[in-house]
Amino acid sequence: MNRQLTYAQSIAEALVQGMEQDPNVFVFGLGVDDYKGIFGTTRAAFEKFGKARVFDAPASEGALTGVAIGAALNGKRPVLVHARNDFMFLALDQLINNAAKWKYTYNGKSTVPFVTRGIIGKGWGQGPTHSQSIQSIFAHFPGLVVAMPSNAYDIKGIILQSLKVDCPVVILEHRSLYDIKAEVPQNPYTVDFGKANVVREGSDVTIVASSLMVFESLKAADVVARDGIQVEVIDPVTIQPLDEKTILRSVAKTGRLICADTSWLRCGFSAEVAAVVAENIPQALKAPVKRIGFPECPSPVSKALEDVFFPSYRDIVSAIYAVAGKEPGVDIPNLQVVDSFKGPY
Amino acid sequence: MDNQRDLLSLMLKIRKAEEKIVEVYARDQKMRTPTHLSIGQEAVAAALAVALLPGDQVFTGHRCHAAYLAKNGDYEGFFAELCGRASGVSAGRAGSAHLTDPSVGIYSSPILGATIPVAVGAALSFEMDQKKDIAVAVFGDATVEEGVFAESVNFAVTKKLPVLFVCENNLYSTHSPLSVRQPPSPIFERVRMNEFPTEQVDGNDVLKVYEAFRTAIKYIRYCRMPFFVECLTYRVREHVGPLHDYDRGYRTKEEVDQWLGKCPIARLSKTLFDEKIMTHTEIDKEEEKWAQMADDAYTKALQSPWPDALSMTEHVY
Repeated sequence: MNRQLTYAQSIAEALVQGMEQDPNVFVFGLGVDDYKGIFGTTRAAFEKFGKARVFDAPASEGALTGVAIGAALNGKRPVLVHARNDFMFLALDQLINNAAKWKYTYNGKSTVPFVTRGIIGKGWGQGPTHSQSIQSIFAHFPGLVVAMPSNAYDIKGIILQSLKVDCPVVILEHRSLYDIKAEVPQNPYTVDFGKANVVREGSDVTIVASSLMVFESLKAADVVARDGIQVEVIDPVTIQPLDEKTILRSVAKTGRLICADTSWLRCGFSAEVAAVVAENIPQALKAPVKRIGFPECPSPVSKALEDVFFPSYRDIVSAIYAVAGKEPGVDIPNLQVVDSFKGPY
Repeated sequence: MDNQRDLLSLMLKIRKAEEKIVEVYARDQKMRTPTHLSIGQEAVAAALAVALLPGDQVFTGHRCHAAYLAKNGDYEGFFAELCGRASGVSAGRAGSAHLTDPSVGIYSSPILGATIPVAVGAALSFEMDQKKDIAVAVFGDATVEEGVFAESVNFAVTKKLPVLFVCENNLYSTHSPLSVRQPPSPIFERVRMNEFPTEQVDGNDVLKVYEAFRTAIKYIRYCRMPFFVECLTYRVREHVGPLHDYDRGYRTKEEVDQWLGKCPIARLSKTLFDEKIMTHTEIDKEEEKWAQMADDAYTKALQSPWPDALSMTEHVY
C-alpha cells in the first residue's frame, strides 16, 4: 500500500512544502505556533521555519485579514489560520469588501494572493457558534476561491495550488475529516480549482456533496448498493469556481439529484447546485431534487439534539430511496461514527 | 526650509483639481461617482507626500483625492477615472473613493478603516523583507471608532512595525459631530494608551504638519516602531458632493468661515510672500498652472473612450 496520511498530516506537509517552494509564504493566526499547532496542522511548519515565518498573532480576525492583504500586495504569500471558520465573520469586511474586489477594482494592477484556512467544527457540544459551515457567504461574492476539500489527497493539492495562484483563496476544512487517511504522494503536487471529482460512479442517482458530506454520501452509496441502486458521488472540491459541467453530465445520465451540504439549505450551496441543474437540464430530472443539510435552527449543544441536527449517511440513504422511488429493501445499518472528535475543544 | 515651494505646489495641485470637480460636477454630470472633496484639508496630504520617500506606501479611505494627487498618482488617470473612462487609473472600475495607483504606492478603499490593517500588512512585509520603506494609513476621526483601528494599532505596536497612522480630524463623520461619537479627550491622547508615540498638530498649518511628519517618519524608519499623528483640520464642502452645506443645520456658517480663515494654502502663501521666498506673481503662476492642468485633463478625459463592455468581467480572479 502506498503512503497514507491523515487529512491533518496532509495539511501539515502541504504547508511545509509550500514554504520550501516559496520563501514568501508565511503562516500566522492565533495559536499557530503553540504546542497544539491548530490540531497539528501548523506545528511542523513552525518547527522547520521558526517564528520568523510561523507566528502567533492577536485575536483580531479583521485586522489580520487586512494585514494579509497588505503583505500580499507586496509580494508575500500569507496563510492566515482560524481555528474555527465561525471566527471569520469578524473578517468579512476585509475578505469581501477588500480581498475579493481588490484585483478587479484596481483593474489587475494590484493583486492580493493569500490563503485563509477556516476549520468547520461539529459535535461534542460545540454549539451554535463553533459548528457552523459558512461557505455560501464566501462563494456568493465574485473574487474569492472557496475550496472544501473532502480528503487528505485533495487538501494537500489545494493548499499548494492556493500558494501559486493570483487571487485570495478561502479553504474550509472539516474538523471531522482530520483523522481520516488517504493515499498522499510525498512529492508536492497541485489540485486544480473548479474541477470536480467523480468519486464513485453510478447510473441511478447523483449526489453532489461538499466536504464531510462526500464521506457520508459514499457510506450511503454502499448501503443502497445492496438494494441495487447505483449512486454517483460528485465532489466539487471547490464550490467557487464550480465545475458545473461534471455535475450536469452526471445528472443528465442519472436523472436524479441529491445535494448534500455541511450547512443550512436556504441560499446555500445545495440551493446553488439545484439551480444549476434546474436552469440547464430541467428535462433530465425524473424526480424532484432532494437537499440534505442542517434543519432551520442554530446548532445545539446537547448530544440528544446534535444527533438529530447534523445530517448523516442515514438521511442521505432515505433521500436516495425517495428520489429513486423505491421502498428500502434493506435496513440502514449502524455504521461506525466518523466523528472521532472527542473534545474537550 | 527648502520644501516650502513643493508644499505650496502640491496643495495648489489638489485645490485646483478639486475646484475643477466643483465647477463641472453638477453642471456637466460627467463624473458619475460620489466625490468626497478635501478642499480645506490639503495640508495633510501635501506634507505627507513631501516628507515620504518614493518607496513608502500610503493607504487611505473615501476622501482620497488629496493623498492620491500628492503621492503623484496618475494625473490624467485621475480625471478619466472620475469620468468612468478606459484611460482612468483603474479603467473606470474604482471611481472617486478607490483611487489607487500601485506604481507610486497609493491605495484607497472607502469602507471606514478598511485600509488601516492593509497598511500594517504592507509594513509587515517591509520588515520581513528587511526593507527601509514605511507604510502610512490616512483616515478620518470617525475611523478611530472602528474596531479594526484598535486591532491594527495593537498589531503594529506589538509587532513593532514601521507604520505612520495619520488621523485627519475634521470634526464630523458625515453630519455627526465628534462630541456625540467620542469622549471629550483628544484622540491622540486616547491612542497613546497603546504605548507608542502619538502627537497632535494644527492640520491647517502645512509647515507644522510637515515638521511633525518628518519627525515621525524619521523615528519610524530608524526605530521601526509605529507613530500616530492627529491633524486638526476641517472639511469646507459637504461630506459628499461639490456644494457648501453650512445652511443645513448641522454646522454654522460662522464655523465654516472661521476655518476658511485658516486655509492652509492662504497661510503658506502669506508666509512665502512675507519671507520673500515667492512673489505674488509666482504664486499666481503656480495656481494657474494647476488650473490649466485640471482643465486639460478633464477635457482629455471626456474625449477618452468608455471601457469596453466585454472587459467588464476581466480581472475577477
